[in-house]
Amino acid sequence: MPATPIKQVSGKGVFVPGDDIDTDRIIPARFMKCITFDGLGEYLFHDVRKTESGEDKKHNLNDPRFAQASILVSGNNFGCGSSREHAPQSILRAGYNAVIAGSFAEIFFGNSINLGVVCVIASDADRKLISAAIEANPEVELTIDVENHKISFGDQSVPCEIKPGARDSLLSGNYDPLAELLEGAGDVAATAGKLSYMQA
Amino acid sequence: MSKSLFEKVWDAHAVRQLANGQTQLLIGTHLIHEVTSPQAFGMLRDKDLTVQYPHRTFATVDHIVPTNEAVEPYSDPLAQGMIEELRKNCAENNVTFFDTNTGKQGVVHIVGPEQGITQPGTTIACGDSHTATHGAFGAIAFGIGTSQVRDVLATQTIALNKLKVRRINVTGNLLPGVYAKDVILHIIRLLGTQGGTGFAYEYAGDTFDNFTMEERMTVCNMSIEGGARVGYVNPDETTFEYLKGRPYSPTGEAWDAAVAEWKSFASDEGCAFDDVVNIDATEIQPTVTWGITPGQGVGIEENIPTIADAPTQSEKDSIAEALEYMQFEGGSPIKGKKIDVAFIGSCTNGRLSDFEEVAKYVKGHKVAEGVQAIIVPGSQVVAKIAEAKGLDKIFIEAGFEWRAAGCSMCLAMNPDKLVGDQLCASSSNRNFKGRQGSPTGRTMLMSPIMVAAAAVTGEVSDARQVFGFKS
Repeated sequence: MPATPIKQVSGKGVFVPGDDIDTDRIIPARFMKCITFDGLGEYLFHDVRKTESGEDKKHNLNDPRFAQASILVSGNNFGCGSSREHAPQSILRAGYNAVIAGSFAEIFFGNSINLGVVCVIASDADRKLISAAIEANPEVELTIDVENHKISFGDQSVPCEIKPGARDSLLSGNYDPLAELLEGAGDVAATAGKLSYMQA
Repeated sequence: MSKSLFEKVWDAHAVRQLANGQTQLLIGTHLIHEVTSPQAFGMLRDKDLTVQYPHRTFATVDHIVPTNEAVEPYSDPLAQGMIEELRKNCAENNVTFFDTNTGKQGVVHIVGPEQGITQPGTTIACGDSHTATHGAFGAIAFGIGTSQVRDVLATQTIALNKLKVRRINVTGNLLPGVYAKDVILHIIRLLGTQGGTGFAYEYAGDTFDNFTMEERMTVCNMSIEGGARVGYVNPDETTFEYLKGRPYSPTGEAWDAAVAEWKSFASDEGCAFDDVVNIDATEIQPTVTWGITPGQGVGIEENIPTIADAPTQSEKDSIAEALEYMQFEGGSPIKGKKIDVAFIGSCTNGRLSDFEEVAKYVKGHKVAEGVQAIIVPGSQVVAKIAEAKGLDKIFIEAGFEWRAAGCSMCLAMNPDKLVGDQLCASSSNRNFKGRQGSPTGRTMLMSPIMVAAAAVTGEVSDARQVFGFKS
């Protein structure tokens, strides 16, 4: 059964500056010694937020003005590095449900969409407009309109992109593919039957 | 119509098209480890699903295994919990587990090939982004997330968009002292860390034809650092020679049939590619990263770039951020940076040939005072052969710590970690901020020989000069 379709997401935003924000930065590996994803939200961007002695660094993610944010705004090649689903899981569990970036690393993007974390691409200039608007007024509501490729905030609106397949999955509520994959069991067996190395 | 290997393997494994336009792709071989599989088994239990093709999933334990502690329970109870969870999940689901007592345990991307599980013309998935390593055999190998590990366990398939294919031809002979690691660091430097997004990389040209399987694996391993989820080399006699006689390789008549089939998967002469890049092997220098992404590398004779060199503001910002983190000055030589730690190992460079090459040159040298040098075999099989050849004694004599098989200092999920802002010369694959376990730790990626040269001189050095390579 499909999940609830995700046609748009709305919420306050927080700007996380930098290109090539890798998955080790999103969640350092030392916090992945776990057998469930529970509690990962606490470690999101841990080393970006905390000094080695555990004090808060000066960063938007620690700024009380952005404490209510549910949408991350960042740079190019967001989520590069590891295939760890711990990264989008920690984003989701820390209370964020969308990322606006200049581009996404492929595995991270796929992992995020599977969880219903909306990832859309906006140009450098448009992301600057968004982050300026958030900085000017942290209360400003961002709305990512997945269906119409549009991000609105205050009285402004800019275009955004998302891969067509991912967009369809979000709009239909089929972003977790498991149910559909299970339905193909007969076809899977037929394909496997033609491959010698698949035989038991 | 002529086709690339990628298209042939894709077509042979495409089950059907899904509603959103993605392909349901059969994953013939599934490799799992302790970090990204427990949650997937948990999801299966929650949904009351079972492993559909248990004979096509193989497990090992690598990320959390301490390399200096053989006896369980490990001193880290979280690590102990993870290995026990994997044991339980494999036993309950009839999955083969290369456990620490089998003599076959090791880094998943080293175990698959050396057991002969990794074969040409197959699809392989693993919850680890360095799965492209297996592409060295002409397999299409994907790094996947944990929900997809669940999908493979439950259905033996994943939902995926077809990739484009970029052929990267490298031609000519590598200069003495230049290795496969330098080839991939050079490619990433040229094409960027996101240049491969949406592509599978087909590595070709006579440089690759002449490479051993282990060299091909080193290059394919780091495809993802260039943004490419998949990287492969077409199978040839070198591939078949490597696979012959391995535990999971076919035997007898089945071997001949398999080789014929494997050959048929190679890219057809003259087939079309979405993009082609040509690289002259003689232009590749021993390459070292100075920054915080694998694309931030320079030749050993070059200087670190300055902020002013960068053409765009975002590149200027990236260089500034990297220089600040690495505590390097723009425009200064890469050579001569004082190191604290030297690490040789990982799924990139933890194979027998890496250790044989290092042993050949470090014999008679001593690790510099104040440098901690650790050398970590990628698998128990590698360790056993290296020890039988006496390589461990050469390393220990030179002042290296010879450890047990595991991921070790590549990623900081075990006791091998940098402390404070230590600078590490590393044969691993990622130099991200904090990658090696300390939030301020600094990593410089290079070939194992270059790590060895840094270890014995105490600073980033040109191995060709340190070890007297003849050019």
